[in-house]
Amino acid sequence: MAHLLQTTFLPSSSPLIRQNQTHILRISGSRTRVSAKIREIFMPALSSTMTEGKIVSWVRSEGDKLCKGESVVVVESDKADMDVETFYDGYLAKIMVDEGGVASVGSAIALLAESEDEIAEAQAKAAASGSPSSPASETSNSAAVVAAVPHPQLEKVKLAEPAAVTVGSAVHPASEGGKRIVASPYAKKLANELKVELARVVGSGPKGRIVAKDVEAEAAAAAGPAASVAAAGPAGIELASVVPFTTMQGAVSRNMVESLAVPTFRVGYTITTDALDALYKKIKSKGVTMTALLAKATALALVQHPVVNSSCRDGNSFIYNSSINIAVAVAIDGGLITPVLQDADKADIYTLSRKWKELVDKARAKLLQPHEYNTGTFTLSNLGMFGVDRFDAILPPGTGAIMAVGASEPTVVATKDGRIGMKNQMQVNVTADHRVIYGADLASFLQTLAKIIEDPRDLTF
Amino acid sequence: MHCSAAFSQAATSATAVPTISGSRHVGALHSSSSSSSCTLLIPSKPINLRFCGLRREAFGFSPSAFTRCSNSQRVRLPSRRRFKGSNVSASLGDNGIPKSFDYDLIIIGAGVGGHGAALHAVEKGLKTAIIEGDVVGGTCVNRGCVPSKALLAVSGRMRELQSEHHMKALGLQVHAAGYDRQGVADHANNLATKIRNNLTNSMKALGVDILTGVGTILGPQKVKFGTDNIVTAKDIIIATGSVPFVPKGIEVDGKTVITSDHALKLEFVPDWIAIVGSGYIGLEFSDVYTALGSEVTFIEALDQLMPGFDPEIGKLAQRVLINPRKIDYHTGVFATKITPAKDGKPVTIELIDAKTKEPKDTLEVDAALIATGRAPFTNGLGLENINVVTQRGFVPVDERMRVIDANGNLVPHLYCIGDANGKMMLAHAASAQGISVVEQVTGRDHVLNHLSIPAACFTHPEISMVGLTEPQAREKAEKEGFEVSVVKTSFKANTKALAENEGEGLAKLIYRPDNGEILGVHIFGLHAADLIHEASNAIALGTRIQDIKFAVHAHPTLSEVLDELFKAAKVNF
Repeated sequence: MAHLLQTTFLPSSSPLIRQNQTHILRISGSRTRVSAKIREIFMPALSSTMTEGKIVSWVRSEGDKLCKGESVVVVESDKADMDVETFYDGYLAKIMVDEGGVASVGSAIALLAESEDEIAEAQAKAAASGSPSSPASETSNSAAVVAAVPHPQLEKVKLAEPAAVTVGSAVHPASEGGKRIVASPYAKKLANELKVELARVVGSGPKGRIVAKDVEAEAAAAAGPAASVAAAGPAGIELASVVPFTTMQGAVSRNMVESLAVPTFRVGYTITTDALDALYKKIKSKGVTMTALLAKATALALVQHPVVNSSCRDGNSFIYNSSINIAVAVAIDGGLITPVLQDADKADIYTLSRKWKELVDKARAKLLQPHEYNTGTFTLSNLGMFGVDRFDAILPPGTGAIMAVGASEPTVVATKDGRIGMKNQMQVNVTADHRVIYGADLASFLQTLAKIIEDPRDLTF
Repeated sequence: MHCSAAFSQAATSATAVPTISGSRHVGALHSSSSSSSCTLLIPSKPINLRFCGLRREAFGFSPSAFTRCSNSQRVRLPSRRRFKGSNVSASLGDNGIPKSFDYDLIIIGAGVGGHGAALHAVEKGLKTAIIEGDVVGGTCVNRGCVPSKALLAVSGRMRELQSEHHMKALGLQVHAAGYDRQGVADHANNLATKIRNNLTNSMKALGVDILTGVGTILGPQKVKFGTDNIVTAKDIIIATGSVPFVPKGIEVDGKTVITSDHALKLEFVPDWIAIVGSGYIGLEFSDVYTALGSEVTFIEALDQLMPGFDPEIGKLAQRVLINPRKIDYHTGVFATKITPAKDGKPVTIELIDAKTKEPKDTLEVDAALIATGRAPFTNGLGLENINVVTQRGFVPVDERMRVIDANGNLVPHLYCIGDANGKMMLAHAASAQGISVVEQVTGRDHVLNHLSIPAACFTHPEISMVGLTEPQAREKAEKEGFEVSVVKTSFKANTKALAENEGEGLAKLIYRPDNGEILGVHIFGLHAADLIHEASNAIALGTRIQDIKFAVHAHPTLSEVLDELFKAAKVNF
C-alpha cells in the first residue's frame, strides 16, 4: 500500500534490472578539496523523503579496487535497505562513515582514489582536513554527521587503552598453552564492539573459555583507570573541542529538559542535628552511614505524608505510590545516577546501610539493573560533604519531590529560654510538583522530618 | 525443518545410516539441481491437487469419501495366516504374477508422503494398505517439521519478549522472560503425539489398513512385512523417506554430538553449540538455540552461509538472522572429525579448508548438531529383487515417479515418492508426488510440476520461496532466449508489518516480461511461509501476472506485499 504510506519507494522493473534497482553513487570530482583524482562518495538520496541514511554495511573495504557498477555499500533509508553502486572505477581509499553510522543525504561517506598511488594521499588528506565542506571527515568530534550512537563503555575503553597495563592470560587447558584463544561467539562479538583485546581477557567459562561477562568485566576494568586518569587533572581535556554527549549525558539532558514541563516550588527548613550526629557516632562502627540515616528518616516522615510520596505523570491524575523508595543521587564518573533504597521505611537501618554500600559499588562498576536506579519515588541529593550549606535541586520527572541536603554546621543559636548556644544545624530544601503537592503539605512534612531527626530514637527501632 | 517424507521401517533409525560419498549437503543440493532440470510440464487442464494430507484431519472427512470406503468391505483385518496360506501360492498365475491382489495399492512407509497418497487413494476408491516399520507419521511428524515448529513457536515468543527495543517501541513492559526447558520439550513432544494420533485415526477411519512391520519388496507386486507376512497389490509405492546424513569422521553419541532427531527432544540447552551445515535445518535450530540463550557457531562447507537460497534473500537473512545474534561462523571448511565430550573434555571439532584440505582450526564447544542434510532410507527394501540399483541411496524414478531399474527400463506397477527418490526433499512434495501417482494408477495421467512446490524455513522472520532463484532464472533465460525481470518490495512499505513493528523483510518476484509468467518468488519477512502460497498457486495454475494483478487483497494485510509485487511488475504486450 505504498500510496497510503505516501512512499515513493515503488520497486521498478525492467529487463536491465541491475541498473534500475540499485542506485548509482553520486561522486563529485569538482567539489572535492582533496585532489582532482580523488573523488568523494556521497550519501545518495534513495527516495524523495530521505534526508539521511544509515550505513548498514560496507560491501567493500578500504584499499579494494572498484569497478564501475559494483556494489560498494548497503544503505538503509527510511524505507528500505539498498545496495549502492559506484559510477567510477577506482580504489576505495577511505571510509568516512563506518557501519552503523548515519550521514545526511549529500554528505561524503567515503573517498575514491583513481589509482593505487593516490590511496595514501587521499587518506592523509582526509585525516588532515577537518574541512567544513566535508563534515563527515573521520575526526571523531565532527559527530554531527558521524552520529553513530557511542557505547558508553566503548568511550571509556578507548581512553583507557594507554593506561591499562595489566595483561591477563587466557590460558585454556586445550589452547596449546595460551597460543590459541577460545572465546564464545558472543564474547568475540562483544570484544569487537567494546574494542577489548581478547588476548588480555581471562576466561571464566567452562574449561577456561572466554564468555561474554569476561569481556564486559575487562571493559569495565579498563574503564577504571580511565576515570583516575581523567580525575588526575583536567589536562586531558582538549579545550575548544566539541564533545558529543555520551549516552548517559544524553539521557540526563533529556530528563532535565522534560522537567521544565512540571510547575515546581521550593520550601526550606533548618534542622538541628545534634541528636542525629550523636546517634551516628554511636552506630557508625556497625557500618551505618549518614546517607542511610537520612534516607530512613525521610522514609519515616513520608509514611505520615503520603502525598509527598505521590507522583503525577499525565497532568490529569496522580498516584499515591505503594512503596517508599528513596533514590539518592550519586556522582559517578561521567555523570550522575540515583540508586534506589527500596521500601526504606520498612528495612532496618543496618540492612539499609548494607544495601546502600552494595548499590554504590554496583553503580561505580556500572552494573546497576534498571529497577535499582529508576524506581525511586522520592529523591535525596546531598552536597553537604563539600561544605555546601544550601542549594536547590531539579525535580526528576515522574516523582513528586526531591530534597537537597546541605552540610550540618555548628551554628550559634538563640534558644527558647533566652540563652545563646551552639547547635549543629543543617538546611534542607525540598523541590516539589505543585500540581499535587502544596505548600502546607511540604511544610508539615518538613516539620515531621525535623522532629524525627531531632529525636532520632525511631531510626534504630 | 527440512521436512522429509515418510521414514519407516527401521527401529534403529539413528544408527542405520547408509554410507554415502559425495556432497555433504546431500538434501539441499540434490533437490535444487533435480528440480531445476525437471521438465516443465503443466497439463493443459489444471488438476485439483490437495498438497498435504495433513489438512484433512483438521477438516474432518467428506461424507462421500467416507461412504465410499465403508462400502468396500475392508473392515476385516487380514490375518497373518491368511496371507501365508492362500495368497502366495494360490494366486500366482502362469507368468508368476498374481492375478488377483490383496490390495489395489500398498504404500511402504506411513510418513506424510504415504499418508497423502493413502488418503487420495481411498478417495479414488482404491483398496489401500500402508506398511509402517516404525511409527506412523515418519520424520516430519515425529522428528522433523512438526516438533520443530513447536520449538520455533517458543523461540519466536522468547525472542520477542527479550527484545527490549521491540517491546519498548510497542509501549510494552515485560520483565525477565524465562523458560522451563522441560516444559518446552514437552510442548514439542505433545504436539508430535497429537499429530501422529490424528494421522493414524484419519487413515483408520477411512479404512486404510495399517500393517506393522518392516516392508520388503519380494518381487513385482509382492511385498513382505514384518518377519513373514506376504501381501500382494496391483500397485506399490515406496515412501520410506530419509534419515539424518552424518558425514564420516563424525561420532554421534546422541548427547553432545547430535542430529536433529536428538535436538528436537531438547534434552539440554548447551551454552555453546556448533551447527554443522547452514541450510534449513541448521538455520532453524540456530533460531531455537539462540532464543533459549545458547551461542552458536556455524560450520559451512561452501563459501557462504545459507547455500540454496536466492543470493539476495540469503544476504538479507544473514544480516538479520546471523549478524546481530550470538552467532559466528566458519565458511569454506569441512568438519573432518568431531569427538563427543568425554572425561571432562569438551566436544572437539577439527576443521580443514574445503579447497586445500589443509587443517585450519580446532573448535572446542559444549555440543555439536549435525545438520548436513538427509540421506535416503532405502536399505533393506529388497530393491535387488526387482533389479533396481540406488544412486547414492536414492531410488531412481522418472518424472511420473515410476521406478527405473538397472537397465534403464521402467519397473511396472512400482513407484517411489518423497525423500527416498530425492527429487525434492520436502514433506508436502512427497504428499503431492503420492497424489500424482494415485492419479496415474486410477487412469488419469499426471505429472507434478515441482517448480510450483513452495519451501519455507521457519526462522524469525521466516523465509519462503517457490520456483527458480534469480541466478537459475537468468541461466534458463540465456539458454532459452527470453528476458527476465525482477521486482522487489520491502516489508517496510507494508502497513501491517509496520503495525507489528516487523518491517524487516524483502519480497522478490522473478518473471518474464514478455508473457507475464511467474518464474520464482522469494520472501523474507514476517509470516513469509504463509504468504508464499499465492505465488505457488499462481505457478501451479499457470496464472499470469497481468491477470493476478487485478486480484484484490484485504487492507491492511501482509498479503499486500505480494500485491505490491504483482502490481509493480511490468509486462510488455
